[in-house]
Amino acid sequence: MSELAPKTPQIAPQADKVAGPWQEAWRSFKKSKVAVVGAGIVLFFIIVALIGPWIAPQGINEQLLANRLQKPSGAHWLGTDDFGRDILSRIIHGARISLWVGFFSVIGSVIVGSILGIVAGYYGKWVDTIISRFFDIMLAFPSILLAIAVVSVLGPSLQNALIAIAIINVPNFGRLIRSKVLSIKEEEYITSAKAIGMQDIRILFSHILPNSMAPVIVQGTLAIATAIIEAAALGFLGLGAQAPTPEWGKMLADARVNFINAPWTMIFPGVAIMLTVLGFNLMGDGMRDALDPRMKN
Amino acid sequence: MLHYIGRRILQLIPVLLGMTFVVFMIIRAIPGDPAQVILGQQATAEAIEALRAKLGLDNPWYVQYFDYLGGLLQGNLGESLRTTTPVTEEIWPYLAATFELSMFAILIAVIVGVNAGIISAWFQNSWFDYTAMILALVGVSMPIFWLGLMLQYIFGIELGILPTTGREEVRNPVESMTNLYVFDTLMQGRFDQLSTVLKHLVLPGLALATIPMAIIARMTRSSMLEVMRSDYVRTARAKGQKMFWVVYKHALKNAIIPVLTIIGLQMGLLLGGAILTETIFGWPGVGRYIYEAISFRDYPVIQSGILIVAFIFVMINLVIDVLYSLIDPRIKYD
Repeated sequence: MSELAPKTPQIAPQADKVAGPWQEAWRSFKKSKVAVVGAGIVLFFIIVALIGPWIAPQGINEQLLANRLQKPSGAHWLGTDDFGRDILSRIIHGARISLWVGFFSVIGSVIVGSILGIVAGYYGKWVDTIISRFFDIMLAFPSILLAIAVVSVLGPSLQNALIAIAIINVPNFGRLIRSKVLSIKEEEYITSAKAIGMQDIRILFSHILPNSMAPVIVQGTLAIATAIIEAAALGFLGLGAQAPTPEWGKMLADARVNFINAPWTMIFPGVAIMLTVLGFNLMGDGMRDALDPRMKN
Repeated sequence: MLHYIGRRILQLIPVLLGMTFVVFMIIRAIPGDPAQVILGQQATAEAIEALRAKLGLDNPWYVQYFDYLGGLLQGNLGESLRTTTPVTEEIWPYLAATFELSMFAILIAVIVGVNAGIISAWFQNSWFDYTAMILALVGVSMPIFWLGLMLQYIFGIELGILPTTGREEVRNPVESMTNLYVFDTLMQGRFDQLSTVLKHLVLPGLALATIPMAIIARMTRSSMLEVMRSDYVRTARAKGQKMFWVVYKHALKNAIIPVLTIIGLQMGLLLGGAILTETIFGWPGVGRYIYEAISFRDYPVIQSGILIVAFIFVMINLVIDVLYSLIDPRIKYD
């Protein structure tokens, strides 16, 4: 035994080199410059959203009518709107709203979509038929139209816009998980789990769900991008956030009145939306290549 | 082939029924009394009662649904609460306007997108490739309503070269027969009007085309890159055929199949994007029709508008699936 002991440290460094699938994915993600730029943009907006209230030069609804529609300057980097509110401050606060809606709507769709997808994929038969038809029906509507329908029922507000966006994304995740479950449930380790008498619910949550997560994370990142645009679109149409909330889409809608004289009121909120969405898209693309090369176009 | 089409149509029936049910639920799912919500707080009890009767809200829900379905099958899409005109009569000019705009947009998207994708793949890693792909990335991340506003500002206001709202010049209206103004003015030989109609199409068309254009360009590029590496393309080149023909004749034929699906999907998205574009550009299409109905709580119009758009969306997808089999004989449908 004492002779064997010194050998252990020699083996250990080698074992370190064998990376798990997540480490492998991280390495491949880091290699893609575009993905890292995307992650950088996302991180930037997350930090802005987190420390927003402390870095914003002015309160979001602080009105100085004497400062109405001022051009970008040293005092107001991105200018002021028609109430004399500082646009930079409002955009900073808007990052909170957009990211909040993006994250939570997608989390909502992932949870509901996963449950439906797992149940459909694992139990099959008529349960699968009903759930899959339900997905088909929802996907038969152009998504923004379905969101508008939901908001027209629930009434316009930011929270209802979030719910609407979560609902319209459910079938995308549901279908993804369902197809993943269908392929995983034929694997041998699931058969052996069944053979040792493991209960369905435990198999679902401790084996099938964790193993189908990679594509969900990729799809989820890309879905946040879409959710942010959809929330802004609803806000723009007056069906999402209401005044005086500094939601980016709503800010664009308000800017329409003055955009001939004060184009900056319209340019900057749009740039903010575009950059955030671009960040999530780039990051999502990079993650897809890293986690699941087969999903590449 | 006919067998396949027949089966696809049969499969559509449950989806279509489901769609009608979702749309039917729009009014019924309004919290509280829908009639009260539609008419507002000041409405009299009689008015509310009359509206309840008109919408058939007094019956049990399944009776309401079958009434609604029966009506739909007879072509009854309900009546606008605002104008008291049947939706079926009202909606045609709006649908035609959306159709014209969408066709124009998809035309721009396909022509520019497919060619940009081809050239990017042909000259992979060139400056053109990089620029096109960066533009495509920005394009898919762009909120369409913001792009619309920017186009209005740049081309309509700063440069003043293109009209920013509407479909035609108000002082010189098109005498319309089909509501497709490009077609109408062409038929009537009114080329002065044709040019204004086309000018009105440019900005909303561009705004609507941007996202599909970007997606089509990316898809074409990756699909072309794959095909360009195949043996038959190398053979064609080895035979000394001009690169242009190798790319556009041999490679494109096989590369276009996945692009077609994407184009089909984009047509559906266009219908959704049309709501935003039409609102910004004052385009009297079906998106604007639905949007205005929302502000007036005109639920029958909201319901039927959404149903019609979704129906068109489903039909486009069906047509694309069928086209698929015509273009690619390798796809079998059993």
